[in-house]
Amino acid sequence: MSIGEPFSRIDGPIKVTGTARYTADLRAANMLYGVLVTASIPAGKVTGIDKGGAMLEAGVVRVLTHEDMPRARTPIAGPPFAHSFLPLQDDQIRHEGQVVALVLAESLEAAEAGARKVQVRYAPTKATMPVALAWPEIDRAAEPPRNTGYFFLEPEFSKGDAVHNLAKAPKTVATVYSQPSRHHNPMETSAVLALWEGDALTVYDSTQHVFAVQRGLAALFGIPPASVRVISQHTGGAFGVKGLIGAHEALAAQAARIAGRPVRIALSRANMYSFLGYQPRIVQKMGLGADEKGILTGITHDVVNLATVTDDYIEAATEASKALYATPTMWLRQRAERANVAMPTAMRAPGEGPGMWALESAMDELAVDLGMDPLDLRLANYAETDPATGAPWSSKKLRDAYEEGARLFGWRDRPRFPWRDGDWIVGQGMASCLMGTFRFPSRAQVRLRRDGSAVVETGTQDIGTGVLTIFPQIAADVLGIPVSAIEFKMGDTTLPEAGPTYGSSSTMGVGAAVLAAAQDVRNRLARMANLSPAEVCMADGRIGRTGAAESFSVADILERAGESEIVGTGSFDPTKHGAGYSMRTFGAIFVEVGVDPELGLLRLRRAVGSYSVGRIVNPRTARAQLLGGIVWGWGMAAMEQSAFEPSLGRFLSKNLAGVAIPVNADIPSDITVHFVDEVDEKASPIGGKGIGELGATGVAAAVANAVFHATGKRIRDLPITPEKLIA
Amino acid sequence: MEFRQHLTVVLRINGLDRQMRVDARTTLLDLLREHLALTGTKKGCNFGECGACTVHLNGRRVNSCLVLAASADGAEVTTIEGLAAAGKLHPVQQAFIDHDAFQCGFCTPGQVMSTVALIREGHTRSEAEIREWMSGNLCRCSSYPQIVAAVEAAIRVKEG
Repeated sequence: MSIGEPFSRIDGPIKVTGTARYTADLRAANMLYGVLVTASIPAGKVTGIDKGGAMLEAGVVRVLTHEDMPRARTPIAGPPFAHSFLPLQDDQIRHEGQVVALVLAESLEAAEAGARKVQVRYAPTKATMPVALAWPEIDRAAEPPRNTGYFFLEPEFSKGDAVHNLAKAPKTVATVYSQPSRHHNPMETSAVLALWEGDALTVYDSTQHVFAVQRGLAALFGIPPASVRVISQHTGGAFGVKGLIGAHEALAAQAARIAGRPVRIALSRANMYSFLGYQPRIVQKMGLGADEKGILTGITHDVVNLATVTDDYIEAATEASKALYATPTMWLRQRAERANVAMPTAMRAPGEGPGMWALESAMDELAVDLGMDPLDLRLANYAETDPATGAPWSSKKLRDAYEEGARLFGWRDRPRFPWRDGDWIVGQGMASCLMGTFRFPSRAQVRLRRDGSAVVETGTQDIGTGVLTIFPQIAADVLGIPVSAIEFKMGDTTLPEAGPTYGSSSTMGVGAAVLAAAQDVRNRLARMANLSPAEVCMADGRIGRTGAAESFSVADILERAGESEIVGTGSFDPTKHGAGYSMRTFGAIFVEVGVDPELGLLRLRRAVGSYSVGRIVNPRTARAQLLGGIVWGWGMAAMEQSAFEPSLGRFLSKNLAGVAIPVNADIPSDITVHFVDEVDEKASPIGGKGIGELGATGVAAAVANAVFHATGKRIRDLPITPEKLIA
Repeated sequence: MEFRQHLTVVLRINGLDRQMRVDARTTLLDLLREHLALTGTKKGCNFGECGACTVHLNGRRVNSCLVLAASADGAEVTTIEGLAAAGKLHPVQQAFIDHDAFQCGFCTPGQVMSTVALIREGHTRSEAEIREWMSGNLCRCSSYPQIVAAVEAAIRVKEG
C-alpha cells in the first residue's frame, strides 16, 4: 500500500539543491526582458507618453503603450482573465498600478532603467475611494453585486424568517467584524516567458491552471487552443493570485509577437501589489439568535467587500453561516463596495476564511453571554444535515474532530481563568473550521512498461501542495510498484487536461483521474492474463487473483502479447460522484496565546488543529498543508494588512518591509495537526477531500476568542495589533 | 572618483575563479542568475526583505540582491549549487527533505544557505534562537516548524 504512507517529497532533491526550475529561471535564445510601467493615479486617462528618455537607454529595444498594442481579437470578458479589461488597449486608468507601458530591453538592467525613464502624462478624474471603516458608511456604500463572471453564488439566501426570530430571541448577538485587504505574497513573484514559432505560441508560466492560460491566450489572439502550449513545471507558491490570467501573461505574449523575439517578464514585488488580485477588505454584520440553552433560532450575515469599478469579485463569507450550524432560519446577503482599486481575487481561504472569522467570533460571544463552554455551544447546534438545503452530508466527522482535538489540547481540563507567565497573560480559545468543496473534471494517462516502471501523465500544476508525490503514490498503490518506479509528467497543456490547482480540488479531481487510469491499466492487464479485472491485485511487478497464491509477471504478460507497455486512461467527472449530497470539510482549532498587556504584544504559544477531511493520501504532505493553513490564519489574526492610502489611491507599502507576514520567530513548533479516521467515497473515489484551505479557516476567531479569555477585550477588527490590546 | 558604466570583476564562485565585465548596476543576484545561469538563488523581493537570494559571501550569509557585483570584486561566493559535493547532498539539504521543510521550494535554497551559515555562527543554542536567526528567510507556504526541525537535525548530524 502506498496510499496513506508518509512518503517524503519526490521533489525533495531538486528543490533543496536549487535545480528545480521556476519560470524566471528559464531563458530563450534572443530573449528580451520586459519591465512594466504602472499608473501613478487611481482614475483618469493617459494623455501622453514620452518614450524618448527610455529609448536613449542603451539596450532598450522598444517601449510599448496603448498606442502600439494590437487590439484583442476577442473582447476580454471575465474568467479565465483576472480582470475584464486588458491594459494597453485604451487610454483609461481604472486603478493605481494599472500597466501603462512595457519596456523591452536586451538586459534586465536596461529594461529597469528604461522603465524609470518613461514619462507618462495623465488627466486625472475624481477617483472613488473606499469609505471609512464603519458599518453605517459601509452599508450605505454597498451595492448589489453584478455578475461579471467572478462570483458563482446567489448574492442573497434566506430560509424562514431569521429577522423575526432574532427579534424575539432571548439571547442575541449583533456585532460587526472587519478585516483589511491582504495580499497573497507568494515568495515567487509571477513570471512568464512567451515565444512564438510562426503562429504557434509557447508560454512558460507561473500559474495555477495551464489550461486556462491556454484558452485565454488563444481567444486573445484568435487562434485555436491547440496552437498555444503552456508549460508550468514549478510555481513558487500561489495561494490564489496565480489562478486567473494576469495582465503580464497577455502582455508578454503580445509583446513577443510584436518584437518577433521571446519575451520574459518577471514581476517586481511592487507589481504584485499593483495590478494583481488580493483578498479585499471585508466587513460583516453578524446576527445570532438563541434560546436560553444556546440552541440557535436564527443567523443573519450581511457581508460587504471591496471591489473594483469594472468588475465585482464577491467574497462569499456567508458560505460559513450557510453550512455550519443547524439553525431553523437564516438570512444571508453579499454586497460590493466599488472603488478605483485593483481587482480582488480568491485567497487562501476565500469565502469561509473571512466568514468563519465573523461566525466563530459571534458564537464565542454567545457562549460567554450564556455562560456555556464554547465547545458545548457548538455541539448543541451540530448540523446533522446541510442546514441550507437539508441534503445529507457526503461525510462529516466534525463531532470526532471536536472531541479528539479537545483531548489533544486538554480543552476540557483547561483553567477557567487566564493565568500569568512572567510578562504574559495566557488565554485559550477555540473555533470550528469549515471549507467548501470544489471539484473539477480531470483526465490522466498511465503507461506501465515491461520493465515494471510506469509513467503518469496529467496536466496539473506543482505549487507546492504535494501533488508531485501523492499522484505517483496513488498510481503505485494500484500497480503494486514502488513510487520510485514512477515518472510523473505534469504542468503542460500537451498532457491530458487536468483542473486548476485551486479550491483545494486536486486530490479529488486529478487524484481520482490518476486512480482511474491506473485501474484501467490493471484491468487491461488482467484481461491479457485471463483474469477477472474485478478480482485482481498487483504487487511486486506481478498480477494475480486477490488472495490466490498464483500470480503472473507483468513482464511475461507483455512479452507474450508483444507489447512494450500498457496504456490506461482515466477521468474524473464531478457530476458522476455524490449527486444529492452536500460536501464540506470540517475541523476544530484550539489555540493558546500570550498577551503582554503593557506592550500590547500577542504571541501564539501552541495550537491543535483537528480535521474531518476524508482519507489522507500522504500524512506528511497533508500535515504541511494544514500547518501552513494555521500559520496563514495566525497571520490574518495577528499581523497581515495591506494598508490602503486613500489620498494617493494606492496600497501604502508595496513590499515585504511595510507589510508584515509571519516569520519563523512568530510560529512555535508546538502545533499539532490531527486527522480523524474517515473515508468519503462520495466526494471522490480517492476517499479524500480538499485540505489546502481548511486549515486557514477558524484560526483568526480562535485567536480573538483566546485574546478575550486572556484580557476580556473583544477585538472585532483584524489584525489584532498592539494598539488594540493597549487601548 | 570616475564613474564607469562597466567594470571588470573577479569572483571565486563555488570554487571557480570567474573574471567578468559587469554593468555597474548589476547586483550579485542578477549576476548569478542572468549572467552565470546559476538560477538556484531566487529573487523574491529584490530589496533584502525575503531572504530567497541568500548566498555566502566570504563565508557570511548575505542577501545577494543587496550586494552590487562590482563591490564583490575579489570575493568568494558560495551558492546553493556549490553546496552538494560530488552529487552527495549536504547534511542540511538532507535534513530539509527528511523533515519536510519546504513545499513550493522557492525559498528553499535561501533557507538552506541560511541554515548552513546559522550552524557555523552558532546561533543554535535553543529553538527560540534558531527561530529568531532564521527569521530573515520568509516561507509563505509556512513550513516554519519543519524548517526548525530540519535545522535541529542538521546540528545533530554535525555533532554526531
